[in-house]
Amino acid sequence: MEWLDYGKHAPYVWSSVALTAVVLLWNVVAARRRLAELTERARRRLIAEENA
Amino acid sequence: MSTTLAPWFGWLALLLIVAGTIGGLFLAPADYQQGDGFRIIYVHVPSAWLSMFAYVVMASSAAVGLIWRIKLCHSLAAAAAPVGASFTFLALATGSIWGKPMWGTWWVWDARLTAELVLLFLYFGYMALRAAIDDENRADRASALLAIIGVINIPIIKYSVEWWNTLHQPATISKIGKPSIDTEMLIPLLLMWLGFTCYFFFLLLVRGRAEILSRERNKQWLKDALGATS
Amino acid sequence: MDVPGLGQAFAAQLVRDLRLGFRHIGQAANPLVFFVMVTTLFPLALSPSPQLLAAIAPGVVWVSALLASLLAAESLFRQDVEDGTMEQLALSPQPLSLLLLAKTTAHWLMTGLPLVIMAPVVGHALFLPGEAVPTTMAALALATPTLSLVGGMMAALTVGLRRGGGLLSLLILPVVMPVLIFGARATDMASGGMETSGVLSLLAALMLLALSLSPLAMAAAMRISLD
Repeated sequence: MEWLDYGKHAPYVWSSVALTAVVLLWNVVAARRRLAELTERARRRLIAEENA
Repeated sequence: MSTTLAPWFGWLALLLIVAGTIGGLFLAPADYQQGDGFRIIYVHVPSAWLSMFAYVVMASSAAVGLIWRIKLCHSLAAAAAPVGASFTFLALATGSIWGKPMWGTWWVWDARLTAELVLLFLYFGYMALRAAIDDENRADRASALLAIIGVINIPIIKYSVEWWNTLHQPATISKIGKPSIDTEMLIPLLLMWLGFTCYFFFLLLVRGRAEILSRERNKQWLKDALGATS
Repeated sequence: MDVPGLGQAFAAQLVRDLRLGFRHIGQAANPLVFFVMVTTLFPLALSPSPQLLAAIAPGVVWVSALLASLLAAESLFRQDVEDGTMEQLALSPQPLSLLLLAKTTAHWLMTGLPLVIMAPVVGHALFLPGEAVPTTMAALALATPTLSLVGGMMAALTVGLRRGGGLLSLLILPVVMPVLIFGARATDMASGGMETSGVLSLLAALMLLALSLSPLAMAAAMRISLD
């Protein structure tokens, strides 16, 4: 595994990569959550309008 | 349309980013000047690119939405803002982490870093204005106007910060030169860049769909759209 | 009905706002008092040493002026929107952009111009070299209209919102950062005895840009805020 050894730069490289991965994943989770939330809200509004 | 297109962008982005990461972190040779520290470029440069690209997408769709009163464009602008802000944050954070081994300090008042910081403030202002207005229609138009004001300002900010920087920057910090980049280093960077861009469009479609659903008042359309997802 | 011309409408609006402003002179003086008070804080917080103060004076003067203009921007349109005058202006046959430009001009005369006049006093108190004072005044005279105009745009966008104050600063500050950079640099260069016409031209260019574009943006923003 010597090509994974970045010497003294390792913590910097790995922390940036990890941070990027966290932000990228969080973005996906947040977007899906928002879609689910707003879909649910739209569904409720539709039901309310149909019953009215 | 967004339901059919979004997964494509999503998977393509995943594929490209994984390929780029393997290429960049494992296969590419270390830089002769910066050693392995240069590998941060593979996350930093695509983030910085997207932070600006997202603003342009946001402002241009906001302008189209404002001029031709198209709700879809306002939805896209609203969707682009949080994504762009997160990439701006990422560009700043990775730039700062990169700065520590290269410059010996977490932060320097480098022109590009400073301009990026102002860009983050512009995103915050845009999102804060949108959040402060309850009426969706008014929020769309007010924030669209703000985005246009911001986009006119960005070149001025960029120029002024660069000018300020060249006057104040002590010569001790030499710019990280661009030693003509190796193809082996360049290919993973291009893959990452493409992957991040696909990822951005994936998020734009998912978030844009959410925003459209919250704005749409046409019953039949809503029924069809909701029926497709349930 | 005879519709008054553009110049007439502009003048009428300007005179009305100035008259109203002078009736509440205490309120109009707030930004000026704030400007002087913020500059007083620096010697108290750092040290009264003349060398130190002279070194930081350009920054202090400009940051204080910027903060004072933030404070001023808040009150620019609020009163008129609350009592319905703004609706009348929006319905008037004159272009709204012109009337809002007149309001901003009156506002600048009440809050921006006093900062320019006060600058020598503040500069002297901070041991700013005497030769930098005329340049600082000229730079402030060119920069404060830009600050008022940008403040006007953002005030028009946020007028009527509950959490207006903090939001307004968040919107204005990134946009006016170039003004701060060039303005402070002009004062700095002048106190070093350097040629400043280049920086002053840049400030003038920013002012002209703001003057030509912001009335339109202000009017558009106000129409969005009103309906």
